[in-house]
Amino acid sequence: MTEEETFSSEGYLDMDLLRFTTAGSVDDGKSTLIGRLLYDSKNTFDDQLAAVEESSKNRGDENVNLALLTDGLRAEREQGITIDVAYRYFATPKRKFIIADTPGHIQYTRNMVTGASTANLAIILVDARHGVIEQTMRHAFIANLLRIRHVVLAVNKMDLVDYEQAAFDKIVTQFKEFASRLDNIVDMTPIPLSALKGDNVVDKSTEMPWYEGPSLLYHLENVYIGTDQNHVEARFPVQWVIRPHSDEHHDFRGYAGRVAGGVFKPGDEVTIEPSGFKSKIKSIEGFDGPQEQTFAPLSSTITLEDDVDLSRGDMIVKSNNPPKKDQEIEAMICWFSEGKQLQPRGKYYLRHTTKEVKAIVQEVRYKVNINTLHKIEDDKSFGLNEIGRVSIRTSSPLLYDSYRRNRTTGSFVLIDQQTNETVAAGMIV
Amino acid sequence: MEETNIVSYRVNHLRQLESEAIYILRETAAQFEKPALLFSGGKDSIVMAHLARKAFHPARIPFPLVHVDTGHNFQETIQYRDDYAADLKAELIVGLVQDSIDKGTAVEEKGVNASRNALQTVTLLETLEEHQFDAALGGGRRDEEKARAKERFFSHRDDFGQWDPKNQRPELWNIFNGRKHHGEHFRVFPLSNWTEMDVWQYIKSENIPLPNLYFAHDREVVHRNGGLLATSEFVQPQEGEKVETLHVRFRTIGDMTCTGAVESDASDMDAIIQEVASARETERGTRADDKRSETAMEDRKKEGYF
Ligand SMILES: Nc1nc2c(ncn2[C@@H]2O[C@H](COP(=O)(O)OP(=O)(O)OP(=O)(O)O)[C@@H](O)[C@H]2O)c(=O)[nH]1
Ligand SMILES: [Mg+2]
Repeated sequence: MTEEETFSSEGYLDMDLLRFTTAGSVDDGKSTLIGRLLYDSKNTFDDQLAAVEESSKNRGDENVNLALLTDGLRAEREQGITIDVAYRYFATPKRKFIIADTPGHIQYTRNMVTGASTANLAIILVDARHGVIEQTMRHAFIANLLRIRHVVLAVNKMDLVDYEQAAFDKIVTQFKEFASRLDNIVDMTPIPLSALKGDNVVDKSTEMPWYEGPSLLYHLENVYIGTDQNHVEARFPVQWVIRPHSDEHHDFRGYAGRVAGGVFKPGDEVTIEPSGFKSKIKSIEGFDGPQEQTFAPLSSTITLEDDVDLSRGDMIVKSNNPPKKDQEIEAMICWFSEGKQLQPRGKYYLRHTTKEVKAIVQEVRYKVNINTLHKIEDDKSFGLNEIGRVSIRTSSPLLYDSYRRNRTTGSFVLIDQQTNETVAAGMIV
Repeated sequence: MEETNIVSYRVNHLRQLESEAIYILRETAAQFEKPALLFSGGKDSIVMAHLARKAFHPARIPFPLVHVDTGHNFQETIQYRDDYAADLKAELIVGLVQDSIDKGTAVEEKGVNASRNALQTVTLLETLEEHQFDAALGGGRRDEEKARAKERFFSHRDDFGQWDPKNQRPELWNIFNGRKHHGEHFRVFPLSNWTEMDVWQYIKSENIPLPNLYFAHDREVVHRNGGLLATSEFVQPQEGEKVETLHVRFRTIGDMTCTGAVESDASDMDAIIQEVASARETERGTRADDKRSETAMEDRKKEGYF
């Protein structure tokens, strides 16, 4: 936006939101790219830039190090790497963006997964000199597992390979061969760029006349994303029961939660799970009065016609398409704990929507070899950053859908009972 | 199968942010035994209190408001704080930095740039401990500062109140792990994903009243350290400094000794929004406390700051 233009609040409130994440190996230039994107799109502030220039100078960097815009922790700046995910926000007149800039280092994979779990698009970076390496594949595999459906293959550091088309083409072929086996990715857009020099980041590069596609920003502004909400299967996990205990609202009993799928309206026939009681929706309460409907991902308060026993961890669903209800689930998990391996028949807390239960990992079905995508069935030890399929039994039934159908009712985490650490992320098959 | 009409189920980003914040406020109420909402009378904490009111409506909010008062606050802020708490029918707990100083647990800084900002951490931790709060809801946003950009929604603190930024818990999807050992607690940031613009747009669309300090008015100020400081009992003009009356407003409101004013004609919401849209400096650019070193915010957060 130029200074003279006036800012339009209507426009701002009518924008789509795109959440994207970076991925790729250490030093491939993820943070530099995000810094460049913010800088060239004029989404940096003068005091931020002055601070970055000053730090770059003190560190003896040759150029202004734009990675310092996101690498905000002392340890990151000292080592020149990203340790934990940084979130950045920016808007162009077309879209509003939430960026998760994630670490490439294998040791911090769990932070990469944190950033990627809420993204709709992943920019997977590759160093034009090195091509697709194991960590590129690991991150692409994780993005696919999390069902990030849109991928940009950013072939970075083109300045170091003389902006040659051959280097780019080779990497695109390499990546496509691997990615053809990742079935959740619906579109993959390769872009040659230099984060350091700014080629094809916001502005089209003059160095690569052979490339006819869009700049990265143009693509991010225009790529069709659609919605990842399921508006068919109605799911309302109850978070909290609202009982005002006041004279005015003496008999009020509202169920507070965030719609995890589908649409709810007053009069709808609903079932309370796991008890199986049936009732009808009396009202959908809003701060400004009763609402006509509510749907994912809105936070709402529902009241029912009948006084039923209903508390946190239960789920209100529509009677015509209930979720699965079972104590045995099959899931893909990603292991996060540095200190402890997954214990055979180990007991954990399992958190799923608003419910927490105890769980036993009954069996490791297989692990995935990230390079070949083959199943490893003869080695069941499960350590840091390993991904595989397990079967789990829970102390009481879970109400779930497959992760494929619903990201909210299909996901869970495992928590270590001694340390309280989150040790695994799970996606129900 | 029901008919789905994707267009009518579109939710603009501000409503998505509202829904996310309400979800987190409710998770906090559900997962902790004794949460508290940190309320400073600044715009972010006002938005938080408003969201909390919506989240538990028609019941009262199920936790008290806590204000850490440096004793150097603008009178307008304190008045607003008291009125708002009364309006919410919420309990208000005030932790006084002066009490920590009197007890000897905090030591007053000396010199021209002396500020009680750093001492707030001591009083905050003492207040949390005295009342046995196990979660403190704060209005911190990731777009404010580069260390904040790294923080989780549910931010774990050890039994000394310290943040360990190199070893944060993974936080996936909308699942928040608030499990902790005795003595540990959490800071929870429902507005993590909001930007300064989002906050202003929300205040406008919800018609939330704000302290007058946010709107342009005449005030006596001095130029100091590249910014404008309002003169008061706590900020006296130094030798060579000239007191001027300028038309100013505040972008953030904190302690009077370190919150800078900006010259402005923005006297209503629309004008402020225009100003925020064309700002060339971050809002914390007016905060002297962040300028003390490159990692000032991270260092304070590690010690237990908000
Ligand atoms: N020549 C050249 N160097 C680049 C380019 N992009 C990044 N670099 C350099 O590569 C190094 C690593 O960049 P970062 O942006 O920190 O890499 P990263 O992918 O964020 O690394 P991690 O976050 O630690 O995984 C820095 O020295 C950058 O200046 C580029 O396009 N060309
Ligand atoms: Mg990085």
